[in-house]
This record gives sequence, C-alpha cells and structure tokens, in this order.
Amino acid sequence: MGKLLFLVRRSLGQHMLSTVVTVLATGLAAGLVMAVFSLSAQTRTAFAGGDLGFDAVLGARGSQLQLVLNTVFHLETSPGNIPYSLYKDIKGDPAIEMAIPYALGDNYEGFRIVGTTEEIFRFEYREGERFRLRQPGRAFNSQFAEAVIGSRVADRTGLKPGDRFFPTHGVTPDGVVHDRDEFLVVAVMEPTNSPSDRVIWIPIEAFFRIGGHYLANEKGEHYEPKDVETIPDEHKELSAVMLRFRGRAPMTGMRLSQRINRSGKVATLAWPLDGVMGELFDKLGWVTRVLQLVAYLVVLVAIGSILASLYNTMNERRREFAILRALGARRATVFSAIVAESAAIAVLGALIGYVFYWLILTLAAVVVKQQTGVVVEVMAFHPILIKTPIAMIVLGAAAGLLPAAKAYRTDVASNLVPQT
Amino acid sequence: MPVLEVSGLKKAYRSPDGDLAPVIDIERFSLDHGAEIALRGGSGSGKTTFLNLIAGVLSADEGEIVVDGHRVTGVAESDRDGIRARTIGYVFQTFNLLQGYTALENVLLGMMFGPGADRERAASLLERVGLADRMHYHPRQLSVGQQQRVALARALANHPPLVLADEPTGNLDPRRATESLGLMREICRENDAAILLVSHDRTILDAFENVVDLAEINRAHG
Repeated sequence: MGKLLFLVRRSLGQHMLSTVVTVLATGLAAGLVMAVFSLSAQTRTAFAGGDLGFDAVLGARGSQLQLVLNTVFHLETSPGNIPYSLYKDIKGDPAIEMAIPYALGDNYEGFRIVGTTEEIFRFEYREGERFRLRQPGRAFNSQFAEAVIGSRVADRTGLKPGDRFFPTHGVTPDGVVHDRDEFLVVAVMEPTNSPSDRVIWIPIEAFFRIGGHYLANEKGEHYEPKDVETIPDEHKELSAVMLRFRGRAPMTGMRLSQRINRSGKVATLAWPLDGVMGELFDKLGWVTRVLQLVAYLVVLVAIGSILASLYNTMNERRREFAILRALGARRATVFSAIVAESAAIAVLGALIGYVFYWLILTLAAVVVKQQTGVVVEVMAFHPILIKTPIAMIVLGAAAGLLPAAKAYRTDVASNLVPQT
Repeated sequence: MPVLEVSGLKKAYRSPDGDLAPVIDIERFSLDHGAEIALRGGSGSGKTTFLNLIAGVLSADEGEIVVDGHRVTGVAESDRDGIRARTIGYVFQTFNLLQGYTALENVLLGMMFGPGADRERAASLLERVGLADRMHYHPRQLSVGQQQRVALARALANHPPLVLADEPTGNLDPRRATESLGLMREICRENDAAILLVSHDRTILDAFENVVDLAEINRAHG
C-alpha cells in the first residue's frame, strides 16, 4: 500500500497540469450533482414539504396554485378579490381557529404590502414560532396608517422605525405612487427566513383607505370614507383569507373544499397547501430531471477526462513502467498504481467537489432568498453528499482500468532502452 | 558455491518473416559468489538478452537459470519479479533512472519491491558513491557520471548477491568510465556481490581478470 501511495503521489506531481485540470473538472462535476440534488430537495421541502402555518387559503375563483404563490410566498399576481362578507362567514365557522384577511395590490420599492389584522402577530408561521419585532418597535395600530416591515425590506430599503413612505400601486415599483397615503414604520420584524421577511404589513383598515381601494356601492355610487368613519363592508374586498383549522383537522378542509370548490362559484379554497405546491413541483419535475441529467453528463465528461488524460500518457510512460518492472515491480503492482492514480484524482475531485458545492449553494441561496425569501441551508445534510463522492471514486477507479490494462501489457525488455 | 548457474539455456526470437532466429544457446555458465566476470560481445551478440534472461525480464525457451538458489526459469512471472527484486541488482547503460523522482527516491524505489524501503541505507549508499549533497536532486539536475552512480546505488540497495551490468560505462568518457567501474567493483566487493558485466569496450574488459567471450559460449552465434 505504501509503495502504491508513493508511486501515485509522485506521478500526480509529475503530471501536475493534467492532474489539476482533471481534479477541477471532477470537482466541478461532483459539486454540480450535489448542488442540483440538494437544491431541488431543499426548495421542494421549503415550498411543498413543510408546515406553512396555515391549512388553507380562501381566495378568488381560479388557480389554487396562483393563490398559494401569491399569499403564502408573496410571488405572482393576485388571482382577484373576494367579497368581504365571505371572510365574515368563514370567520364565524366554529371549525376555523384563525381566519386572517389579506388585502394585496400595493408595494414599496418592489416589496409587497399586505393589509391584514393584528392577528398576524399571534399567528405561528412555524410550530411554536411567531413574528417577533426588533426593539424599539411595536405592532401597528389598526386605526392608523402604520407599517411593520420584514427584515429583508428593512435591509434593502433602509426603512426603520420612525421613517415614512408612500405605497406604490401594483406589484412593481414603476406603478402610480399613492402620494396622499403616507405610512409610518413602527417596527421591523426579526428575520424568519421565510417569504414574510420580504413583506410590509399594514392594518387592513388603512389599506382600504388608500385611494382606489374602496369600492363603489351596489348602485355604483362613488364612495369616499371620512377620516373617522369605519368603512362599511360593502365597500371592502379582500385578496384572500388565510385559514387555520381548529385542531388542524383535515376533515374541515374536506368539508370546506366540498362547499367552496365543488358547490360554490365565487371563491376557491386552496387546500391542502402542500398538495397544491407538490403539484407544482410534479409539473416542474422534468426541469429537475433535465438538470440532473446535465449534471450526470458533466460527471461522465469528467470521468472521461480522467481516462483520456491517463491513457494519453501511457505511451510516454512505457519506459517508466519497464523500469519499475525491472526493479521488481509486478504487473499487478503497475496495474494497481494506475487504478489508484485514477481513483486518487477522483478522491481529490470529490474533495474539491465539496468546495464547488458550497460555492454553488451559497450563490443559489442568495438568489433564492432574494427572489422568494426561502432560505437554502448550505450545510444541510442530503444523502447525495455521501453518495456522489463514493460514486465519483468508484467511477474514477473504473476510468483507470483501461490505461492500467495498457500499462499491465508493457513489455519490459523492449522498453528499457530509450525510444528515439 | 555459484551465485549464478545457467544450463541448457535457449532463447529465440521470431523474425518478421516468421522464422525463429536463435539468439541464445548456452550449454553451461556459472558465476561464484563475489566473483567478477566480464562478458565480451559485439552488437547483436545477445549479451543484453542473456542478462535479461538471468534477471527474469525475459523468459527462456529452454534451460535453467538459478540465481542464489532460486530458479528463475520455469516459474511464474510474478515469482521471477520477486526473485529479481531480492537477488539481482541491474545497472543499465542508460541508467534508467526515473526522472520524476529524486536520487534518494530512485534508490528507495529499488528497495520497495524487495525487502522494503530503508531510507538510512539508501542515504548511506548515496553517500558512499559521493552523492551525499545531491540526494534530493532529480536525475536531470545531475551529470551523466552522477546519474550512473545513483544507478549503482540503486542496484545495490537490496544487498543483491548478483549485480548485472549492461555496458554500464557506455555513456561515460574513458576517464570517468574507468573511475566509475573502479567504484562499482569496490562497492560490490564491500557488499559481497558478484558482478556479471557485459561490454564491448576493450578498456573496460582489460580491467577484469576473468573475461569470457560470449561468442565462445553462445552456440547461437558461435
């Protein structure tokens, strides 16, 4: 074993350039495979595998997926609005533990503004975890134009308690600014590593008072709320109602789904949420499979490069093998040295692969967090982190078989004399 | 007692037209422990083939070779490799040092396939051949004479009872050749190793008391 390591170490050093290139290629391949698998698993878990805090979302008639993306992940546009009366109905259902209204449609510098109630601060977005506010700071007063902003909003916009801002209509910063509706920031939330970090929360009443958000009445008469007046329900609409079932009972979901999705015509109940998101990932499964296929192909190319780089040196190394044989090395020793050399390149590649994996995931984590608020854990364990290096080493050793066979067949006597 | 016994040894190569061309046909040859024999032979006389057969690098068609009590003929190739590593030191005309290894590592390589690497002995051998300050030099950083001395140290690394030398001074100028040969014989004597040297160089051959003309013992060319 010692002599094999000695031979391998020397040979790798002697062919430094090709060693470095093949190690980097192998490392990149290993890193890519690990990153693709880990990233797809983590995003799937984040979007479709974990507890989102809510059990269902009630929204406008249409796509459940769009509704969930819009309200839970704060992506996409709202599929439409539902009458305020629906919220009151469902809130009164004894099987509903929590019904939190969402009114959407404005943003500040691209960060979405959600009009809601103070209940949002009692809601557990993860088991046992509620939104916490950085100090100094307090929850918004539902009677005033106040805002609590997510940690990422604060980081990117520089807003802090005491600052004021004007919302922009729509979900992009290039919309019309509501320049008569100034909001006061009263708190910044502690980071939650969830999409909520990218949200500006304001009282729903204040949202309704923003110009253009209140409706004309049934007769089509213009309505303008007075300062102290509570806006009548008929002039209010909601984007969605976030629901948490009492005891989180699936039966409630089944019953409501039957009533709203099958029998009703006004609204949609997105339920179960993980099922809705799972459907998205199932539809996008081919993308993941294509990415995995590309990663596998890169592995094959990397393994092929090990084979080619070793095989191409076999002719120039014939004399080296003949000398080793003349010194007493057996054919099997020479064969093993080449296989070990090939495997060593793969081992080094696998180690470098972790560095590439870390780089790719760190970069991806930044992008995913920026775009969705979902946190990708670079250090999270996935079985692929063990399987890939093992597979690379086995494949690397296998790539050495052909060159090793050539070295095995080297004729000693005819190769001891320098070839001119 | 002989360290090398050869009897009925035959080796032939197949020529491009398919005929068998005998190269070696030696009825009997032997070399005692610690003895020195120089074999004289011109180009194509089969002297390198003879040494390669003794070393087990080539397999004989017929006959028997026994080195230090070990049969080299009629045994598996891996056994021949083992016998070669333990009992034979081989000095080549072109030295055959591995370029990627230092002088010390080249000597250690000579040990690895035998009893095992002994860094202390490798260093002392290099010291003995006057290369104490060149141990960590690579062959290309050494002069031809120094390379020859590294090859000599490597050949003696495993205490072989037999040293085969194939035109060992062929790449040296006459003065260095004489010096180098003297050093080789001296060190072989110190290590109680017999020398079987082949050469066509009269100066080298004149230095030996016991010179055998290969043409006289090799019936293939006789």
